[in-house]
Amino acid sequence: MARLEQLDDVTRKHLKGLKCPTFENQPWVEGPPLSKRRVAIVSTAGLHSKNDRPFTFDPGDYYRVIPGDIRADDLVMTHISTNFDHSGFQQDWNVVFPLDRLRELAEEGVIGSIADFHYSFMGAQDPMPMEQEARSLASLLKKDKVDAVLLVPV
Amino acid sequence: MPTTQISLIRLHTEIIKPPRALWVSFELGRPLGVPNDPAFQKRVLLATLRLIEEPKGPVLKDYPEDAPASTDQMTTLACPVNFAQEETNLTEREQLWEAFKKEMVSIRPWYDMAVKKRGRTTVGVSGLHLDAIGDFLCSFFEGGIPENPREDIPLPYTLNLVTDDLKAYYFESITAQPGQESTSSSVLSDWFWGETLAGEVLLAIRETCMDSEDALMRLVGRVLIVPTAQAHRSTSSK
Repeated sequence: MARLEQLDDVTRKHLKGLKCPTFENQPWVEGPPLSKRRVAIVSTAGLHSKNDRPFTFDPGDYYRVIPGDIRADDLVMTHISTNFDHSGFQQDWNVVFPLDRLRELAEEGVIGSIADFHYSFMGAQDPMPMEQEARSLASLLKKDKVDAVLLVPV
Repeated sequence: MPTTQISLIRLHTEIIKPPRALWVSFELGRPLGVPNDPAFQKRVLLATLRLIEEPKGPVLKDYPEDAPASTDQMTTLACPVNFAQEETNLTEREQLWEAFKKEMVSIRPWYDMAVKKRGRTTVGVSGLHLDAIGDFLCSFFEGGIPENPREDIPLPYTLNLVTDDLKAYYFESITAQPGQESTSSSVLSDWFWGETLAGEVLLAIRETCMDSEDALMRLVGRVLIVPTAQAHRSTSSK
């Protein structure tokens, strides 16, 4: 369970001590109802297509592009950390990257549509140097006509 | 850009204050709760997406359901190998290696079953074929340094990916067995690190890495091969 008190001592101490960014303001963007929204997934699970380069700690190695028509057998995870369960993803990609579920919601009309591209970062890094990349990504999402981003941790 | 997110560590979300977040009680690595349960995943996903329609924020809500209870028992996978079964001139370490190779072969039918059943595998991120993983790891196990089979990343990263492939091979195999589909991740982890020869081999390789002159290799050995919750284990072979 991701209740801190249920984690092992070392992991709990590490997570409690992580310095989290804070922001001067809390922007708020409104839009159409969910049934009209175009949704993209942005993950921090270190996901990418099988033929993509694996994630590293190299400076600037921030994210990968995941095409919207990706199949389950083409998505892999090369997150550096071994301190979270990988077996769930190994059995069912939706537990980390719920694209099948999102496709079902689109078919049912619960959401408007799904983006042409999704993205994955690799979460075992300081996020602050990624600000410029994140802003560029927001522009790319807008070009893809996305108006709802589903952020999924791991 | 409107965002909504799943939160696994509520403390972090309280500090960061994103516009919309749904805290879930699920374990790290399972933001949508549980594998092979589309109905459960869909409920979590819908609860997260519906936050998009909240009138004002920041919003932090708690998802009311816990993940379904998982199985806390494990069937012994590989036949235990008796090191003392016959007179041998092999050292204890060599015997471990030979037994590990047999264990890898013995679970192959379940791995093949897993791939057929799921239509996918996560094994292969290292770029090495499954049959080549053993030879690659052997060099480290014997205290040596093999050639890097990849040109795009340094050897320590390749080793890390190979250990990921090995773990995935074992986990994908065992969870394909009858009754093991919903085994909890902690039971799986205890099984791999405490009861398999593959876990024993990786514990030994961890020690080799930590003695390396290469700083990145030492990092891989120290934190990337063995999970923190299993770090107390040590290899019994010398």
